[in-house]
Amino acid sequence: MTTRNAAIPPVRYGYGLLMFLLALTGFAQMPIFKRYYIADIPGLGWLAMFYVTHYLHYIGAVLILGLAAYFVTAYFRTRPERPKLTPTGYLRAGLIGVILVTGLLLAVKNFPGYVFPPGAVILLDLVHLGSVFVFIPTALYCWAFSKKWINSPSKGDVKGVN
Amino acid sequence: MAIQLSRRSFLKGSLAAAGAVAATSAPAAAVKGAKGGRHLATLIDIDKCIGCGACVEACRDANYEKYPEAKKPFPKMYPNRVPVEDWSDDQYASDRLTPYNLLFIQEAVVDVDGEERFLTVPRRCMHCVNPPCVKLCPWGAAQQYKNGISRIDKDICLGGSKCRKVCPWHIPQRQTGAGLYLELLPSFAGNGIMTKCDRCCDRVAGGGVPACIEACPEGAQIIGPRDEIVRKAHELADETGGYIYGETENGGTNTLYVSPVPFEELNKAVDKGKGRPHFKPAENTMAKANNLVLGMAIAPIAGIAAAWGKQIVADNKKKEKPEHIKEGTDHDNA
Repeated sequence: MTTRNAAIPPVRYGYGLLMFLLALTGFAQMPIFKRYYIADIPGLGWLAMFYVTHYLHYIGAVLILGLAAYFVTAYFRTRPERPKLTPTGYLRAGLIGVILVTGLLLAVKNFPGYVFPPGAVILLDLVHLGSVFVFIPTALYCWAFSKKWINSPSKGDVKGVN
Repeated sequence: MAIQLSRRSFLKGSLAAAGAVAATSAPAAAVKGAKGGRHLATLIDIDKCIGCGACVEACRDANYEKYPEAKKPFPKMYPNRVPVEDWSDDQYASDRLTPYNLLFIQEAVVDVDGEERFLTVPRRCMHCVNPPCVKLCPWGAAQQYKNGISRIDKDICLGGSKCRKVCPWHIPQRQTGAGLYLELLPSFAGNGIMTKCDRCCDRVAGGGVPACIEACPEGAQIIGPRDEIVRKAHELADETGGYIYGETENGGTNTLYVSPVPFEELNKAVDKGKGRPHFKPAENTMAKANNLVLGMAIAPIAGIAAAWGKQIVADNKKKEKPEHIKEGTDHDNA
């Protein structure tokens, strides 16, 4: 069964909004919004301010890390029978995992005294961005076709984002 | 023709040679002393600089192979607002920073103890301890070495100029029509390559010193491990009643200036603008976001605690429920 589960609507909407904020502020790390007039749209001038978008991206990262930890813990603590991730659930979880890990490493790199080899930084940047490029169409597909994260067993359930 | 070598001239020549060797080997030893992750910093004594331009010429000689090779005509870029920045026909401009002039002499007329003085100040990349140009480059084209030197890899840079926008002094300069972007989508992404002083990183890696320091006839600039350079800057400032710039600006830079006048006054006196950096106070640009990383460490713990707690509450409710049902059953049986 792969219908949408409206278990916790505020969390689902919050998750969607959070992912949108992260994607927007993430893309804003590239100098494209001013070049292509998007930052000229009234109210969107902040998209061309690199320090503002960087800060907002970090705030989004704090929230998504908390949310991810909550759902991963809830998933593994669910009893008596742990629900199973759907194939698209595995794909989305894997992509978010890669994005979080590479993002964390990039955040560590930004501390004074942390010098990563140039090749490693380029690899992290490309994997982080590449994962986002795969995640966005995947998430849109799952949203459009009401794909669930988990196949709920008869007993026990992980309520949350679907 | 036989060379006549007197004892006096031999001694004089030997002393001069020994002095020259000592002059170049002392900073070289300092460079070696900075190995093992210690940042290298330079100290520029503005009082000593005579504005001769020897450092500017030495910089050109040492770095001309790194200069961008602009291919013309430049690709038409969309949208039209994308600016062309072309210094390829004006490579000898020396009154500001350009892609072909990584170091220039800034001039100022200031009042020192009631006396009007003409000061000259070598300006180039400050080599921040935590350089935003490096840390915020979206492609990793800007890099920092363990010795604190930051540089832009011209083979990778796309010329988006984000590094210049996030630099408190707007140091990096762009040359359109060169670099990797020409091989990708030259009309729609990128705009050349960014350039800035890399503190002659190749020479330093080989145990040498940057060309500008080696060429200075007045010894206005010295190089060494940052902690030692900071100490020397304070000693010099205490001796001369001078002022220090670079120790704390943008969280600390690896270029320290000591000036006979406050930098607020020097900043008012120098010609500022594009390619001509200021001497204003500079807050630590990376600090605010980096403070949030603590939140990134705490957030998962909070998430785990919330999920764990919720599960415990749910388990307790489940435990209570059977007893209640059991009691009810006994009561019914009774």
